[in-house]
Parts: sequence; C-alpha cells; structure tokens
Amino acid sequence: MFDNLTDRLSGAFDGIFKRGILTEDAVNQAMREVRVALLEADVSLPIAKDFVEKVKAEAIGEKVLKSVKPGEQVVKIVNDALVETLGSTNEGLNIAHTPPVAILMVGLQGSGKTTSSAKLGKFLTEKERKKVLMVSLDTQRPAAQEQLQLLGQQINVDTLEIIKGQSPVDIAKRGMDSGKKEGYDVVILDTAGRLSIDKELMSEVEAVRNLTKPRETLLVADAMTGQDAVTTADNFNSQIGVTGIILTRIDGDARGGAALSMKAVTGCPVKFMGTGEKTDALELFHPERIADRILGMGDVVSLVEKAAETIEQADAEKMAKKFQKGKFDLEDFASQLKQMRKMGGFSSIMSLMPGMGKLKSAIEDANIDDTVIKQQEAILSSMTKKERSEPRILNASRRKRIASGSGTSVQDVNRLLKQFQQMQTMMKKMRKMGGKGLMQSISGMLGGGGGQELEAMAAKMGMDIPAGLSDNSDSPLGANPFDDNGGLPSNNAANNPMGANPFAGDSMLGMGGMPELENGRPMKMNKRKKAQAKRRKGKN
Amino acid sequence: MIGFFKKKNKKPEEVEEIVETVEEVQEVQEVSQPETGWFSRLTKGLSKTSNKLTENIGAVLTKKKLDADTLEELEEALIVADMGPETAMKLTVALSKERFGKDITDEEVREFLADEIEKVLEPVMQTLVLEKQENGPCVVLMAGVNGAGKTTTIGKMAHYYSSQGKKVMLAAGDTFRAAAVEQLKVWGERSNCPVISKDTGADAGALAYEAYAEAKKQNMDILFIDTAGRLQNRTELMAELEKVVRVIKKQDETAPHATLLVLDATTGQNAHSQVDIFSRAANVSGLVMTKLDGSAKGGVIVSLAEKFKTPIYAIGIGEKIDDLRSFEAKAFARSLMGLSE
Repeated sequence: MFDNLTDRLSGAFDGIFKRGILTEDAVNQAMREVRVALLEADVSLPIAKDFVEKVKAEAIGEKVLKSVKPGEQVVKIVNDALVETLGSTNEGLNIAHTPPVAILMVGLQGSGKTTSSAKLGKFLTEKERKKVLMVSLDTQRPAAQEQLQLLGQQINVDTLEIIKGQSPVDIAKRGMDSGKKEGYDVVILDTAGRLSIDKELMSEVEAVRNLTKPRETLLVADAMTGQDAVTTADNFNSQIGVTGIILTRIDGDARGGAALSMKAVTGCPVKFMGTGEKTDALELFHPERIADRILGMGDVVSLVEKAAETIEQADAEKMAKKFQKGKFDLEDFASQLKQMRKMGGFSSIMSLMPGMGKLKSAIEDANIDDTVIKQQEAILSSMTKKERSEPRILNASRRKRIASGSGTSVQDVNRLLKQFQQMQTMMKKMRKMGGKGLMQSISGMLGGGGGQELEAMAAKMGMDIPAGLSDNSDSPLGANPFDDNGGLPSNNAANNPMGANPFAGDSMLGMGGMPELENGRPMKMNKRKKAQAKRRKGKN
Repeated sequence: MIGFFKKKNKKPEEVEEIVETVEEVQEVQEVSQPETGWFSRLTKGLSKTSNKLTENIGAVLTKKKLDADTLEELEEALIVADMGPETAMKLTVALSKERFGKDITDEEVREFLADEIEKVLEPVMQTLVLEKQENGPCVVLMAGVNGAGKTTTIGKMAHYYSSQGKKVMLAAGDTFRAAAVEQLKVWGERSNCPVISKDTGADAGALAYEAYAEAKKQNMDILFIDTAGRLQNRTELMAELEKVVRVIKKQDETAPHATLLVLDATTGQNAHSQVDIFSRAANVSGLVMTKLDGSAKGGVIVSLAEKFKTPIYAIGIGEKIDDLRSFEAKAFARSLMGLSE
C-alpha cells in the first residue's frame, strides 16, 4: 500500500510528463490518487470529492516548473489547497462579552470533552488571566462530574459543587448563577457525550444552550474519527450551532482527515488541538501540520518537537560540542541510542517521518524492531567506561567478555564497532565538508539553538521533503539505501539494523544517525558523499 | 508475525465447535431478551439515522445496468461506511466479475455485497468463553485507546457473566485518568461485583497483581482488569501495558486468558494501526466494537477482519448495562447493507 501521496503520484506520473504542462488527462489521473489518499486519511467522501474538483481546476494548465517533478508540483498544489481549506492559525476564542461568558463543550462519547474542558480552563486561567468556573453537566457517565472536579483541583480551577440528582439544565442554571454572583469571567460547561442522532439528549443540550447563551459552542472531536465525522459535525452544527472545533488526540498516529471534513461541513474553524493527556497539552490549531499528516507527508514539526522534548538540553549541547571537535566516541553512540529509544524507537520515529512509509513496512517485514537498539545498548553497557571512550583498546579478549556480558556474540560486538567506526569516519568527513552551517544545524537540531531555530529548521525540512522523496540524491534525509535495491534485503537488514536508519542524512544526525551498511560495508558511500557535497555547494 | 497469527488461529474442527456454541449462546440470549434481539437493536441503531449507505446504493442503481460508473459509485458508498478504499475496491471488483453489464436490481446488489461481507466476517465471529481456570480465575484484560469504552464494556460484561451465575471481580487498572476508579466502582455496584482498586497514580501492574491474588483467594471465576486508555503510538504507555501482562503472568503463566481490544465504531482507518500495535504489545485475543448505536457504521471491521483475522467477540450498542451483544457476521453484514434479517 502506498503510504504517501508523493509516492503515489510519482508512480502515476511515470512517463506522462514530457510536455511541460499539466494536461487534463494527467491531472485526472493524479486526482484519482489524491482522492484515494484523502479517503485513506479518513477525509469524508463528499468532502474529498469537492476538494479534488477544486484542486483539479487549479492544476490543469499549470506550467510544470523545470526544477520539480510534476508529481511534486501537484502535491504542492494539493497541500496548499488543504492548508487553505483547513483555515488559518490562531483563531482565538470569542469571549469578549459581559461576564460570565459561557463556553459549551459538546461531542460524542469518549471524544475527550472533560479533559479538553480542563485544558481549556487551565489555558484561560493561565494564559488569558480569566477567572474560570468549570461545570460538569454529565449526569450520564458514572463519575464524570467527579472527574472534572478532580481535574479542577489538579489545575487550580474552580468547579461547581456537585449536587446529585440535578438535571443538566438545573446544573447549568446554577453554574451561570454562581458565575454571576462570584464574579467569574468564563463558565465552561462540560456536557455528557451524546450521539448526534439521539433526539432526547440533543434537545437537552439545546435547552442548556438556550439557557446559557454560550459565546462559544465547541465541538470536541477525536482525530481518529472516520467517515462519520461529516454526519456528526453536521448534526451538531445544525441542531445546536457550533462555533469552533477542538481536535483531540492529535498525538496519536491517525492521519486526521476528520479535521478537513468537519471544517468543510460546518464552516467552523478548528480552534485547538489536544496534543496529549496532560492538562497543558492544548495548542492552537496549525493547519500546515494537519495538511502534512493527511497527505502522509509525516509530521516533521512534531518529530522535531519530540526530539527537542526528549533530548536533554545539557546532553545536546555537550554532544554538539563534541561534533564540532570531530570527536565521537562510544559513549556518544550509547547516548544516541538512548535518545532514540526515548523518542519511541524506530517505528514511532518512522511514523512521523515523511516518506518513510515504505521503508517502515520493509523494516517491519524484516523484523527489525527496537530489540536491536536494546541489544546494542546492552553491548555498550557491558563495556567499561574506558572502553567506551577509547574503543581502540577493545582487543579480542575484551570483546569476548563484552559479548558474554551482554548475552550477544562476538560478531554482534564486532558489527557494532564497525558501524561505530563508519559513523566516526563519516562525521569527520562531514565536518570538513559541511563547515559551519552544518554544525549549526546539528547543534540547533540537538536543542542547542532553542525553539526558534528548531521551528525554522523544521520549516526548511518540510519544504525540502517533497522534492527529496522521489529523488534520493537530493533528499534532505540522505540517500535511502533501500530504494536502489527496490526494498529492504532482509538478511542485510537483519545483520545491519542500524543501516536502515533514516537519520543517516545530515539534518538528522543528532538523533542517532548512522551510515548505511551493506554486509558491514558502507554502501554507495562515494555516491552519497558526492551528492551531499553537490547539494551543499548548491546551497552555499 | 505470521507465526503469531498461526498460533492464534483455531483448527477447523475447533472453529466448528465454536460456531455451534455461538448459536447456543445466541439462542440463550434471544430467550432471555425477547424484546431487544441483537439484530433489531443493531438495525434500530443503524437506522436511527437515515441510512446513508443504502440510500447511496439505492440512488446508484436507478440505472439498473451495472457499468463502470455505477461500480465506482458503489465503491464510494462502501467507503462512506469506513470500509477503506482497498476493501471497497475488492468488493466492487467481486461484484463486477459476476454481474458486469447485466441488469441488476438494488436489492440484488445489496444481497450480493452482504454475502461477500459475511464471508469475510464469518471466520472472526467467535464467542468469548470465559471459564474458571484450575489454579485461579479466568483473567480478562481490557485495552484500547482513550475514550473507546473500556470501562463501560467491563461494566456490561461483568453484568452479563454474573447474571450467568459466574463470580466476577473487577480491577480498576486505570490508575491514570481522574475518577476512572470511581467510574468502575459505580459499574461494580450496578453489576454487584466487587472492585479492587488503588488510588489514582498507583502502579497499574501492582494493582493487577493484587487483584489476581484477591480474586484467587475469594475463589472468583472471572477477573476483569481495566487499563488506562493509551494511544498506540505512545511507546512508553505500550511498554506499561506489556508490563501489566508480565506481572499477571507471574501468578498464572497462562493469563491473561483473554485480552480484549475495545474499538470505537466512530474510528476510521486508524483502527488498523490500533489492532496492529496493541496485538503486538499485548497479544490481543479479540475485539469489542463499541458505539454501534450511533451514526457510524463501523465498516472498518470488515477490512480488519480481512487483514488481521482477530476474533470479534461483542459489540456495544448503548450506554445501558445490557447494551452489549455478541457479534454476528450475518446480521452485521446485512444491517450494513440495509437489508432485513
């Protein structure tokens, strides 16, 4: 199965584009692929169809730029249209009104309303300096009211006292009264989860709306939602009038096509995204990130953020310095492995990487998983500190000891050392070639440069990615060793698991990048080096 | 991976046996719940909304001749039910092989597709048999992403099995989410089952360990262990789940005797990733699909059955304690196609 649109399109376009213009035929063919990609990302069918029609009209007749492949150009058009449709960033809340202002939270069961209510309560209290009262109207689910109360205690936001047996409308009334009397700016009304086709419960929430006249009615929806998103969003919007959407569980690996469906069908902006289980994991909406996910281009920003989160600042700075000096010992290798594992191991990183879909499945087929990282970590921790900082003292008897200490074989130890050697060589070469700019990006990547630099880096990478995907020599991720072979040779891969490392490219070095290997030898190293050198020349 | 599934797959004879027991159980259920039969509840649930899928198929086939356009529209109708582009294509290809260019009625198309879907679903339709083990209780572990309906499903299952005369105990293993323990306690009261719990923030593995010891001491038949919701790409949380399984195995190596993954019917294609990763981490033995009373049709179950062949044990069709039904391939396929039983 194709994993991303660029792969798909480069297949579809093979041999079609010679004339320098996107013809109707070619575009039609491409759009079929776009449509399937959207559907696989859970964009609702009617929305996907409309969207494709719109994009088609834009694409036909576009001049093909010489520098990019037609497939990539179409992806760009699609991507831009997606971002545009998803709406602009920073749609704040509309709560400038006579207090207390009601915010009504609605949605299906289990979409994340209560957690989102608490996150929003915290956000408004801390970032907007509002006095917030949270009120749970959920008399359906056992202990739902207690859940909001507990969350309120955790985040220091007041909740309305629970009186058992009161109806949601009564509780809402009491909440608004308290809001008025006790001088709250905002009253967040968390409602019970309900199906949009449940007439009884829908009219109940309608009654709450009529009573409290909320300035914002936020539909809380799960990013994993499938085709039903369009029905649910439409029903909620037409019956109670939605003003915005909170997209939850964006930290999962769903493609999030539901966001596009809901935005399109309600016309309401997605205002926030839930990015985790903690109460501060709420962010303003970033359409670009969702667009990239929908197209299967990976979420490079998330990857970079994840890296920034998990790689400790001090470690990062230390390592960046080491890189600059061209020093890289087994100690560093070990800490890179640790970082990789902290970031969730191969498959987790890979799922965020653009264009890695194919590689990911190849790796899974070849049975490479994080046990390899664990094994290598075991080997490294069976070494003495001295051995790690001076790997050259590792003679045969030491290697034997390490192998038995880590439950591996001497061959495993040798393999690791060979890999390490190649990494070292590569790093030295890169230092010579890359010059200052490269070192800066590495240190930026490792967190030394702070958030802004990371963002910029991500933006740069994001831009480069589509171009790189179908042409290895230009790839910012480094040459993909497997495309040449048309897949991952399983024996090589099993022997040299780190060779499958997507971070072999320069930008990703700090995250455990290692050179590609084939039977323990560097693979097409020269070709790769040349390509890198060429690219760098071009950039400077 | 293949080996893993092979191990799980039952031999043909066993499957037959299971099918028989399925029928028996269904009969029992029909007797005990005369007013709300499985199918009527399901169709009621599915038809609460105007059933778009069948509307679509009806609209597609005004032409009566099965041509390429019609097939494409049919394929789309299947996609709208979350079956995913791949499965939808497969089904329409099967239809076109048989009937392309021939006249066909709306009813015939539905029957044909329902039959095809049933063929896919039949092998995964299995009964959850929970029998007390020689050396202790039968342990059932519930897993799933946040908000899928794990706790509610445990409540319903506890009610079902205890009303069958089994001694059931619940373990409030969601020690992360606020008030999750309280939520399970309410279900314990409703189903008259004891609940073992610790404070929020406690170690889930330790809780599972203690619950097992307690269930064994009290001579329980079944122990349901709830877990915190976790997104499958959160490696550290999946590792925690693996740990819970390891800890349970310390007291009984054969446990957990069933590990159920709870899937929300509203979920789209991400369900594939959920089944894949949860299966690897916790050796999922079967699925429960919840919230089928909504407007979502849960068609993803068809492509899941095709790809993973994981048994489907039950479906949830409401928030009430008896809103749980065993999964029936035929009924599900037919209601998906808007056909009567």
